[in-house]
Amino acid sequence: MWKTFFSAFVLSICLMVPSVHAVTPDEVLDDPVLEQRARALSAELRCMVCQNQSIDDSDAPLAKDLRVLVRERLVAGDSDKQVIDYLVSRYGEFVLLKPRLAWHTILLWAAGPISLVAGMIAIVVTLRGRPKRLQAEAGSAQTKLSAEEERRLKALLEKTD
Amino acid sequence: MIIEFGHYALVLAFALTLVQSIIPFWGGITGNERLMAVASPVSVMLFILVLISFIVLTMAYLSSDFSVLNVVQNSHSAKPFLYKFTGVWGNHEGSMLLWVLILVFFGALVGFFGGNLPADLRALTLAVQGWVTAGFILFLLATSNPFQRVVNPPLEGADLNPILQDIGLAIHPPLLYVGYVGFSITFSFAVAALILGRTDAAWARWVRPWTLLAWCFLTLGIAMGSYWAYYELGWGGWWFWDPVENASFMPWLAGTALLHSAIVMEKREALKVWTILLAIFTFSLSLLGTFLVRSGVLTSVHAFATDPARGVFILGLLCIFIGGSLALYAWRAPMLKQGGLFAPISREGGLVLNNLFLTAACAAVFVGTLYPLVLDAITGETISVGAPFFNLTFGPLMIPLLMAVPFGPILSWKRGDLLAACQRLYVALGIALAMTLFTFWLWGMEKVLAPLGVGLGVWVMAGAVSEILTRVKLFEIGLKRGISRLWGLPGSAWGTAVAHFGVGVTVLGIVTASAFQEEHIQTMRPGDSVELSGYQVTFDGAAPRRGPNYTEEVGHFTIRKGGVVVSELDPSKRVYTARQMPTTEAGIYTTGFSQVYLSLGESRGDGAVDVRVYFKPMITLIWIGCVIMSIGAVFSMADRRLRVGAPKPSRKRTAAAAPAPAE
Repeated sequence: MWKTFFSAFVLSICLMVPSVHAVTPDEVLDDPVLEQRARALSAELRCMVCQNQSIDDSDAPLAKDLRVLVRERLVAGDSDKQVIDYLVSRYGEFVLLKPRLAWHTILLWAAGPISLVAGMIAIVVTLRGRPKRLQAEAGSAQTKLSAEEERRLKALLEKTD
Repeated sequence: MIIEFGHYALVLAFALTLVQSIIPFWGGITGNERLMAVASPVSVMLFILVLISFIVLTMAYLSSDFSVLNVVQNSHSAKPFLYKFTGVWGNHEGSMLLWVLILVFFGALVGFFGGNLPADLRALTLAVQGWVTAGFILFLLATSNPFQRVVNPPLEGADLNPILQDIGLAIHPPLLYVGYVGFSITFSFAVAALILGRTDAAWARWVRPWTLLAWCFLTLGIAMGSYWAYYELGWGGWWFWDPVENASFMPWLAGTALLHSAIVMEKREALKVWTILLAIFTFSLSLLGTFLVRSGVLTSVHAFATDPARGVFILGLLCIFIGGSLALYAWRAPMLKQGGLFAPISREGGLVLNNLFLTAACAAVFVGTLYPLVLDAITGETISVGAPFFNLTFGPLMIPLLMAVPFGPILSWKRGDLLAACQRLYVALGIALAMTLFTFWLWGMEKVLAPLGVGLGVWVMAGAVSEILTRVKLFEIGLKRGISRLWGLPGSAWGTAVAHFGVGVTVLGIVTASAFQEEHIQTMRPGDSVELSGYQVTFDGAAPRRGPNYTEEVGHFTIRKGGVVVSELDPSKRVYTARQMPTTEAGIYTTGFSQVYLSLGESRGDGAVDVRVYFKPMITLIWIGCVIMSIGAVFSMADRRLRVGAPKPSRKRTAAAAPAPAE
C-alpha cells in the first residue's frame, strides 16, 4: 500500500512531461476511461523514429500509427500489460521508455539506490574512523619525542633537581 | 584574407597554450618565480588571440562570406541580422570556438585578478587551464576548423536549422557554456592543489566564488533552455530528460553539491579531499556533456563508429583529463590533511546529507543516460531510457532532500540541536500543512498526491523565509531594529535563503503545472470557442503570411475572461524555405504566474484547424524559481569575504593570506 502510494506520489510530482500534445482530435476515444489509459500508455512508449520522444509527444506518422494501434487494442479489451507485451513483441524492447527490470537492466535500475547506500556506508565509516585517526595522528606527533628532545628533557629535569 | 587572419590567430593561440602549459608549470614545481610570472600575461594574450579569431568568424557570418565552408553550411543571405550573429555558435565548429573563447576568458580572469593568490598556486592553476585549452584548440584545428574555405563558393548558403532561429539561441548556449566552462577553473584549482600537495586558506576562499559564478550561469542556462524548448517545440513540455538536457543537468547536480561542500571546506576546513574530488567530477561531467553532444554518439553508437574523427578525439581528451586528474587524486589526496570534526547532527552533517543525495541523483542520471549506449556497444541490445524511468529513479532521491533543505541552514556548526531546529521551523511547517489542506479543499480527493507536492514546495519556501527571520530575531527585538539587522546579514546568509526559496518556487511550479494542467485538443472552425479555467478561447481564422526566410500559416485567437477581451494570440506553423523544415510557434498568454498556451496542428480544409489549448497553472514559477536561485548565487558572491574579482587591496594581504584567518 505504502509502496504504491509512494511511487504514485513520486510520479505525480516529478512527471516532467505532463500529458499529451500530439494527439489529434480524430484519434481521441469516446470512452474517457479508455482514453485516459491510452494516454498513460502512450507516454511510456517511444516514437522509434524520433529522438527520445514518446508517441504521445511526437507528430511523426509512425507515432500516430502507434497511438491508433494502442487505442485499437484497448477497445478490443486488452489490459495495459497485454498492450505493452504486444508492442514489445512487434517492435522490441526499444519501444519502452521505461525499460523492464531484467538481468540486463538490473544495473540501470539499481544505480541510484546503490550509490545512495554506498555513499551512506562511506560517510558512516569516515565519520567513525575520523576521531580515532585524528587522535592517533595527534598522539603520534605529541607523545613521541626525538632522541634529541629526550636528551634535552632529561637535561632539564636533572637541572631542576 | 581576413579569414586566414582569424585562422592564424587560432594557430598562434595554440602555440601560446603550449607556453602556458609548460613554463608556469615548471616554475611552479621548481619554485622559480620568473617562470611562474609568465602565466598571467600569457593567459591574457591567449584570450585576445581567441577573441580575434572569434570576431573574424562572426564577421564572416555577418557578411555572408560563402567562401567559408562553415558559413555555407549554416547561414543564408536572407537570414535576419540577429540570427546571422547567433548562427556563429549555432553549429558544431562555431560553438566549440565559443567554448574555447569562454575557457580562455576564465583563464584571463584568473591571470588578471589572481594577484592575491600564492604565486605557485596561480601559476599551476593557469598551467592546468593551459592543458585543457591546448587540447580543445587542437581539437578545433585538427577536426573542426571553422575557417575552412570552399574552392568554388556557392551563391547561397544552406541556412541555419530553423529551430535555432530564435532569440533563445542568442542567450541559451552562451549562458550554458559560461556555466560548463566556468567549472574548469575549480577543476584547475583542484588539480593545482593536488600537484602542490596542499590546500591553504587562500585556496578554499577562491574555489567557492568560482563555483558560484559557474553555477549561477549554468542554472540560468538550463532554465533558459527549458523555456526555449517549451515555447518553440510546441508540445508544451518543458523538460524531456533528453540526453542533451541530461548532459547539462549532471554538471549542475555535481556543481550544486560542490558549492555546498565548499562551504564546509571554507568554514571548517573539513571535507577538503571530497571537495577536490567533486571539483574534478563536476568539470569531468561538463567535458562528458561536451563529448555526448558533440560526438554524435547520442543519435546512435553506429553513427559514432562511422564518422569517428571528432568523437575519438574528444573521447581521448576526456580520458586524458578525467583519467589523469583521478589518478593524480588517488596518488596525492591521501597527503592532504583532514580538518574539523563534527557530529552527525550539525550544519556540516546537513551539508554532507545534501552531497549524498545530490551525488546519488547525479549517478542515477549518469547511468540512465549512458546505459543504453553501453548496453548497445557491449551486447547489441537496444533499449530506451526516457522520462518515465528518470521520474521514477530521480524523484525519490529529491523528496527527502527537499524535506531536509530548511533544516540545514538552521543547524549550528559542529554540533546541532535537531529539536531546537524543529522548534524554529514549526511556523514554516504549519504554513506548509495549511497549504496542503487548502489544496485538498480546493481540488478534493481527485488528485491525492499533488497537494502533498504543493506542501513540499511551500515548506522549502517558508523554511527559507523563517531562516532569515530567526537569524535577525525579528519578532523578539522589534521591527525597526530587525530590519536594520536584515541589512547587516552577511551576503552568504541571504544567498542561502534566497536560493533555497527559489528551489521551493520551482518545486511548486513543477507540481501545479503538472498536476492541475487543463488541456483541450480539438478541431476548430473560425468562430468556434473553447472554455478552460475561466478563459474563453475563440478561433477567428487562419491566414498565410510571409517572413524573411519562411512562409507561415497564422491562426488568430481571441482570449476572453468574463466576456472581456484580455489578449489576442497568433500561434503559427512555419516552413523555412531553404531547408523545407516545419516548425511551430506557440501562442502564449501569461496571466499572473499561469499561462494559456496555444499550438496549431494539422489544417483540415475549409478553414478548420486542429488546435491544442492548454491552461498551465503557475508554470512560470518553474523558471522564476531558477532565476531566484541564480540571484541567491549573486548574493553569495557579493559576500564581503569572497568578492569575486575584487581588485587586490594591498601587498600585505598577500602575505596574510597564508595562515588561515580566524572565522
